[in-house]
Amino acid sequence: MQGDPKAGKQHATPILDELESGPWPSFVTGLKRLRDSKDKKYAPMMNDLLGQLEHSYEERKGFWKGGTLSVYGYGGGVIPRFSEVAEEFPESKEFHTLRIMPPPGFHYTTDILRKLCDIWEEHGSGLIALHGQSGDIMFQGCTSENTQIAFDELNKLGFDLGGAGPALRTAMSCVGAARCEQSCFDEGRAHRGIINKFLDEMHRPSLPYKFKFKFSGCGNDCVNSIQRADFALIGTWRDDMKVNQEEVKKHIAKKGRKYTIDTVISMCPTRALSLNDDDTLDVDNKSCVRCMHCINVMTKALSPGDDRGASVMIGGKRSLKVGDMMGIMVLPFIKLETDEDFEKLEEFAETCIEFFADNALEHERIGETIDRIGLPAFLEGVGVEADPNMVNHPRTSSYVRTDDFDEEAAKWFERKAKQEGRAINDE
Amino acid sequence: MIRRDFKHSSTYFLGGIMSEAQEKPRTADEVGVPDHHQYMHPLLNKNHGNWDYHDRPRAGVLRHVSKSGDVVFSVRAGTQRQMDVYTIRKLCDIGDEYGDGHVRFTTRSNIEYIIADEAKVAPMIEALEEAGFPVGGTGASVSMISHTQGWLHCDIPGTDASGVVKGLMDYLHKEFIQERMPNRVRITTSCCQINCGGQGDIAINVQYTKPPTINHDLVANVCERPAVVARCPVAAIRPAMVDGKPSLEIDEKKCVCCGACYPPCPPMQINGADSTKIAIWVGGKHSNARSKPTFHKLAIANLPNNPPHWPEVGAVVRKIIEAYKADAKDWERMGEWIDRIGWKAFFDMTDLAFTKHHLDTWTGARKNMNSSSHIHF
Repeated sequence: MQGDPKAGKQHATPILDELESGPWPSFVTGLKRLRDSKDKKYAPMMNDLLGQLEHSYEERKGFWKGGTLSVYGYGGGVIPRFSEVAEEFPESKEFHTLRIMPPPGFHYTTDILRKLCDIWEEHGSGLIALHGQSGDIMFQGCTSENTQIAFDELNKLGFDLGGAGPALRTAMSCVGAARCEQSCFDEGRAHRGIINKFLDEMHRPSLPYKFKFKFSGCGNDCVNSIQRADFALIGTWRDDMKVNQEEVKKHIAKKGRKYTIDTVISMCPTRALSLNDDDTLDVDNKSCVRCMHCINVMTKALSPGDDRGASVMIGGKRSLKVGDMMGIMVLPFIKLETDEDFEKLEEFAETCIEFFADNALEHERIGETIDRIGLPAFLEGVGVEADPNMVNHPRTSSYVRTDDFDEEAAKWFERKAKQEGRAINDE
Repeated sequence: MIRRDFKHSSTYFLGGIMSEAQEKPRTADEVGVPDHHQYMHPLLNKNHGNWDYHDRPRAGVLRHVSKSGDVVFSVRAGTQRQMDVYTIRKLCDIGDEYGDGHVRFTTRSNIEYIIADEAKVAPMIEALEEAGFPVGGTGASVSMISHTQGWLHCDIPGTDASGVVKGLMDYLHKEFIQERMPNRVRITTSCCQINCGGQGDIAINVQYTKPPTINHDLVANVCERPAVVARCPVAAIRPAMVDGKPSLEIDEKKCVCCGACYPPCPPMQINGADSTKIAIWVGGKHSNARSKPTFHKLAIANLPNNPPHWPEVGAVVRKIIEAYKADAKDWERMGEWIDRIGWKAFFDMTDLAFTKHHLDTWTGARKNMNSSSHIHF
C-alpha cells in the first residue's frame, strides 16, 4: 500500500513554503524532511499529508474525520483520522494518532527519545508532538494496519496508551520536586499512584464523559490544573512561610527599597507583608494565602513552610458546552508524606470518580454536575464537610430553606472541637 | 473498587484492522504512567524534594541549588512541538554532545537540557542556536505559544494552529530570547471554540460567525440526533423532516454559532472559508500568584482567518504586547495591568474598538458588569 511509485508525484506547497523562513523552528520544514526521506516507508504518506495540508490552507477548511479504532483489549487512546479527500491524497488516507502517556514531569533521556523515534520511523509517519494539551506524547500519523504493531512496540518499551473519549484521561504534572524548591509534595508519586490505580477507567471507557487529573506542586500551577482538570492537586503548606532575613536584606540592597516595596510588599494580595525599618520582612502568616508571589520574586530569601501538602480542587474544564469553568476548592489541605497519606488521596480520587460515574449525565463534566446539583450535594456524596475556604464569600441569596441550621451549626462546632485544620487524614 | 465486569470483555477491540498474519493479537502490558525516575538526571534524583532556591543567570538558563550544595543548570529552547524524528534526533545529538543526555519538556513544548557542569552551558546554547532552536522562554519573556492541532490533524478545526503559531513566534522571537516584558506572557491559540489551547494572557481563538450549514442527506445516517439536540447550549436545534428525510434544523435567531453540534454531527458544518474568523482575548492567567486565576476576556473579534501569515492577527497581538510592555509595572501580568489601568485605557492604548459584543450575555454575565461608581477617565 505504502511506497507505491505511482503516488510519488510531489505536491506543490507554495502556501506552506512561506512558513519555512523566519527564526522560529518550522514544522513545515520538518514535514518536508519526512516527505523527502525516500528510503523510508512513510515518505509517500508525508507527501500526501503535505498535499492535504496545503489544500486546507487553500480552502481554509479541515479535511479529517474521526472513526472508531483501538488496540486489542483497549477501547480508547487512539485518535482515528480518515481523510475526506483521500482520492486526491490516498497515501495519507489513514493518519491516526496514538496518545501515549508521558512520564510525570516530562522527563526523558536522549536514549529513550531515540528509541521512540525509531519505532515511529518504522511503523508510523515520523511525526511526533511533544506534547498535546492533555499531556500525551502524540504519535501522529499511523495507518489502521500499523496501529496495533506500533502500540505493541511502544508498549514493550514501557509506555502505555493514554485516554480518549468518555474516560479517565492522561494526566500532567509539573517538574515539581525533581527540580523545583517550591514543590510542596511528590507530584510524580501522586500522578502515577492515581492514574495507575484507575487504568481500567482509562483503557476501557465507561464514564459519562472525560475526567482529568493534573498535579501542580504549588500555587503557580505550571500545568494549569485549576482551569483544565476535573481533579486538580495543588501544593501548599500549613505552617509559616520560611524567611531568611539576611537574604531579604541582600535582595533589598541589590534591588532597592522602593523597588522591593513596589514589587513585593504592595503586590501581596492580602496585605500580609510589611518591610521593617531594618530591611527585614514582617510576615503576617495568618493572612497569607500561599499565592507564591513574594516567593517567586525572592527565591533565595523566601520559601514555603515545612508542613507541606496539597489542596484538591474539583470541576475545571474548557468551554464545551456551558463555558469555561475553574475548579472549586474542595479539600483545602491534605498531608502527602507517608504511604498512608497517598493511599488516602487515592481513596478520595476513587470516591470522586465513582460519584462522577454514578451521578453525571452523559457528556457532562463533574464541574457541570456540581453546578446542576449544587456544591452541598456533591460534598455529601464524597463525604466532605463544608469549609469557608471553599467560597469567596457566603451565599448572598436568601432563597434557601434553613430549618436545620442549628443542627448544622452544632456539627460545625463539634468538628471544630475535634480537630485542628480541615485535613481529611488528620482524624 | 471501581469494577464493572463487562469491561474486561474483548469486545472493545473494534476489530478488522489487524493483518491477517497476526492471528492472536498481543495482550497489552498495562503499565500505565512510566516511572520518571529512570529518565531523570542523577542530580535530580539525588536532590529530589531537597532543592533550596533557583536563579536565572541569563534568559533561557535556570540554575537550581540544592540544600546538599549540588547545582544543576537547565537550558531551555523553543521547539515547533510537531516534530519530525530528524528534529528530535538533532535535539538528542545536542543533548549528548553538549549536555548530560537528560532532558525534559515544559508544558509549552520547550525542551530543557539538564546539565551538571556550568562549563557546558555556553557551548550548549551555541549549539542550539546554531541548529535553529531559540534559547529563552524563561522569566519575563514571551514563551512558546500553547496550541492545538488545527488543520494538520484535528477533525473539527477552524484554522491551523501550528501555522498561526509559527507566524507569531517568528515575530515574537526577540521577546522569547530575552526577559524584557513586565512579567511572563503566556499566549495560547485554539482552532475552535472549545478552547483546547486554554486560557492565556493573550488567546488567539477561532470564532465562528455563521450557524452551521446542514447536509440533510447525511444527518440521519451519521448523527445520533437526540444527542446533537442535547449538545446545543442554547436549545436552538430540533429534529425535523427535510425533503422527506429525518434531519435536524436550527433556529438561527437563537444560534450562537459556537460549533458544539459539529463534533457529534459532522454534516452540520460550522466552518466556512469566509465565516470562520479569529477573535483575540486578553487577561487570562493560570497562576495563583498575586491575583486569583482568571479567564481571558474579549479584545477583538472578526479578524480574518488568513493563512499562511495571519497578518491581521499578528498586527493586533503586536499592539497589545507593545502597550503592555510600555505601560505595565514589573510583575503585573496582562490581566492585572488592565485591572489597574481600566478597560477604557486598554482599548484606547491598543486602538481597539469597544462594542456591544464586549458586554457578556452568557450565564453569570451580571457579575461581569460594573456595579459601582468606580470609573476610569
